[in-house]
Amino acid sequence: MEGNITLIGYGLSTIGPAIAVGLIFAAYINGVARQPEAGNLLRPIAILGFALAEALAIFGLVLFFL
Amino acid sequence: MNVTSVLLPLAEEEHFPPEPSLFWQPLVKFGTVDFFGMETTLAITRPMVVMAITVGLLAWWLLATTSKAAVVPSKGQYYTEQVYDFVRNGVARDMIGSKEFMRFVPLLFSLFILILLNNWMGIIPPVQMPTMARVGFPIALTLIVYVVYHWVGIQKHGLGGYFAFMVPSGLPKAMIPAIFVLELMTFFITRPLTLALRLFGNMFAGHMLLVVFIVGGYELLMQGGLLSIVALPTWILAFLMTIFEALVQFLQAYVFVLLAASYIGGALVDEH
Repeated sequence: MEGNITLIGYGLSTIGPAIAVGLIFAAYINGVARQPEAGNLLRPIAILGFALAEALAIFGLVLFFL
Repeated sequence: MNVTSVLLPLAEEEHFPPEPSLFWQPLVKFGTVDFFGMETTLAITRPMVVMAITVGLLAWWLLATTSKAAVVPSKGQYYTEQVYDFVRNGVARDMIGSKEFMRFVPLLFSLFILILLNNWMGIIPPVQMPTMARVGFPIALTLIVYVVYHWVGIQKHGLGGYFAFMVPSGLPKAMIPAIFVLELMTFFITRPLTLALRLFGNMFAGHMLLVVFIVGGYELLMQGGLLSIVALPTWILAFLMTIFEALVQFLQAYVFVLLAASYIGGALVDEH
């Protein structure tokens, strides 16, 4: 079999952020469902959390090239 | 122009993953100079051209829509005001606080429209070259934000006070050194690194995704027979991915500005 082990490493590194992003938006949807007026307040917080959780996957992408 | 040789350098070369040199395809070369001991090539590259075009477009648009600003806005002024309002109230005021946010709005607004237009250049047909997929551009933008948030933090707290302020108060004494090292790393390494790499990574990955679908479809079409038919769904998916990319590109411009504002706001907080 040919290929590069970094591919598998990148695949693995996306699992954590994927779950994290899912949890964050699940919490956001829950919050808006319970209190629709809070949507505007929660959106920046949710996107901020999403961006921070995503950082690990981005590190994986960069390390894949090293 | 031979499409495959431009877009598929991998086909001829054996190594995987691709090396950064594969993505360096300058339009005009001027020769090399010695730059701090490194041999550096002076050249004009595609992202540089796209960046110059977007800066020109934005300057023209902003001048055209705001030079004759009226109380009853024209259509163009209305759109500009909507974007400005989004950055001013949706990002700057929420993140920095209503007392000090006004002096950062020009910076954040410029960053937002520049990144947004440059990202969208990645899917606008005649260009289709996301500037931010070359890591130098996000690094330059991040350097500006990096200097600004440290500068305002030191201005507000003083040099010693700024470092003292990084450690939240009310910690047990034994914890302070460990937390200080962690916070130091967060402020000086993790934040700028993730800010630049997030923008770069998203734009780069999105661009590669589109290239895989579009060039993959082209290759399938050239195979002939049954495989040619498969090219159609590939291109339909490429089209859908393009729309998805538009959303991601907007989101990344928003996230960049949101994080920049939150770092500036974090450096300006009075007390923990």
